[in-house]
Amino acid sequence: MRMLINSPGTVVEDALRGMAAAHPELAVDVARRLVVRRDAPVAGRVGLVSGGGSGHEPLHAGFVGYGMLSAACAGEVFTSPVPAQMAGAAAAVDSGAGVLFVVKNYTGDVLNFEMAAELAEEDGLRVERVLVNDDVAVVDSLYTAGRRGTGATLFVEKIAGAAAEAGAPLEQVAAVARRVNESARSFGVALSACTTPAKGSPTFELPEGELELGIGIHGEPGRERRPMMTSREIAEVSVGAVLADLEGLRPVGEAVLVLVNGMGATPLLELYGFNAEVQRVLADRGVPVARTLVGNYVTSLDMAGCSVTVCRADEELLRLWDAPVQTPALRWGR
Amino acid sequence: MRDAEFFRRWLVTAASAVEREADRLTELDSPIGDADHGSNLLRGFTSVVRELAAERPEVPGAVLQLAGRTLISTVGGASGPLYGTLLRRTGKELGTAAEVSDDDLRQALYAGVAAVAQLGGAAPGDKTMLDALVPGVAALGTSYRAAAEAAENGALATVPMQARKGRASYLGERSIGHQDPGATSSALLLAALAEAAEGES
Repeated sequence: MRMLINSPGTVVEDALRGMAAAHPELAVDVARRLVVRRDAPVAGRVGLVSGGGSGHEPLHAGFVGYGMLSAACAGEVFTSPVPAQMAGAAAAVDSGAGVLFVVKNYTGDVLNFEMAAELAEEDGLRVERVLVNDDVAVVDSLYTAGRRGTGATLFVEKIAGAAAEAGAPLEQVAAVARRVNESARSFGVALSACTTPAKGSPTFELPEGELELGIGIHGEPGRERRPMMTSREIAEVSVGAVLADLEGLRPVGEAVLVLVNGMGATPLLELYGFNAEVQRVLADRGVPVARTLVGNYVTSLDMAGCSVTVCRADEELLRLWDAPVQTPALRWGR
Repeated sequence: MRDAEFFRRWLVTAASAVEREADRLTELDSPIGDADHGSNLLRGFTSVVRELAAERPEVPGAVLQLAGRTLISTVGGASGPLYGTLLRRTGKELGTAAEVSDDDLRQALYAGVAAVAQLGGAAPGDKTMLDALVPGVAALGTSYRAAAEAAENGALATVPMQARKGRASYLGERSIGHQDPGATSSALLLAALAEAAEGES
């Protein structure tokens, strides 16, 4: 194992200390593992709190700031935070307007946020939750823990954050967050496994010349393994899977937001090349693209690979997407 | 009758077992999960031992409730709420009695396991910790040793199962052939209970 760390046990707190040094606009509580907007609670603004296992940077702490999250809780690597953290974050950002928890659909995140919501409500806060479950690779969700939350988390956090910043009440912020989740679908591909600091070796074996289709963001293997494909072929499979699922709900034809996301170890040279193929496939299928974001946003440590998220966007969602945002990892219009 | 000291010994024994087996639990968690079960439980049980020494609760119910709360606030993931709920609910059932009978403990553990099943929405056969806990607690009527063995066999029986809950469920058929890490750690917990009981009798 060759990692730029001191020890597996201090990875998360070391990262938080470094983040605090780089971003004085954020209040970082290293002991409680909370990253909070320094100006929180903002009067009248709904608090937006998310969090999850560490190892997906910049998700979530990188999205704390004006126009997006009010606070993020960092768990251990690939392990959800604990209820006390989440309830602490809610208390830190609540201005009386209530708090929305953005929760990715993994058993640990769901259970801990559920307990946190109970704690916060006992303290008199109004809390709503939105569950992100956009991963089309999970097909038999009736018999499993359900679809995983992946790339759509970024769309949910950005768009709900813009609604909150504009002063929308809790019910409306929650409603727009749920609408984004229902409108977005993702599919991911791994070209290598990732290595968690605690284990020190790859979480699964991916032989040379093969790739894994339909992966999640925790280094868990996907559903199918195939011989290595070209960027064009991967785009066909990924976008095809996403569109097939979206079309099942409503005819496409409206404009979409696209996220071409790197899993951590794939360079931008490859991601931009992959995006060219994604755009071509969407054009071939008659899907107009309104906005595209390319980069490493929802990662899986040092995994190589990518995911595609497509979100149907009407005028309201597009306006909220374009609204100013100022966070460590996402920043425009301000 | 079992007093607070017995329950403390159970949890300290469990913590040693988790420490001894942490690498194996993480290894089991890597092909079908995300390779952190051992390190997460170790963090939690180390905190439990520390909290029990600091607060020294005086009745069995309070020992288990403190342990449950500590797991919930230190482990994270699914294991924190599930193991935390198991111990907290069991402790709540034991109430404030200074000593409890083996029969009281069995009834309380039934309630604890039922709470885990409800929280996780899982049932035996889903390839989860319940596959060790349910047969283990059922065998408590015979003896603590029988319970430990039934839980161990339950954990081994998860190997051919297809996971329907938790991270492993995303693997579908490819989860078959791997022993469930949660069932394995649950078997450790019941083995520690047997060890604590044998140390006393």
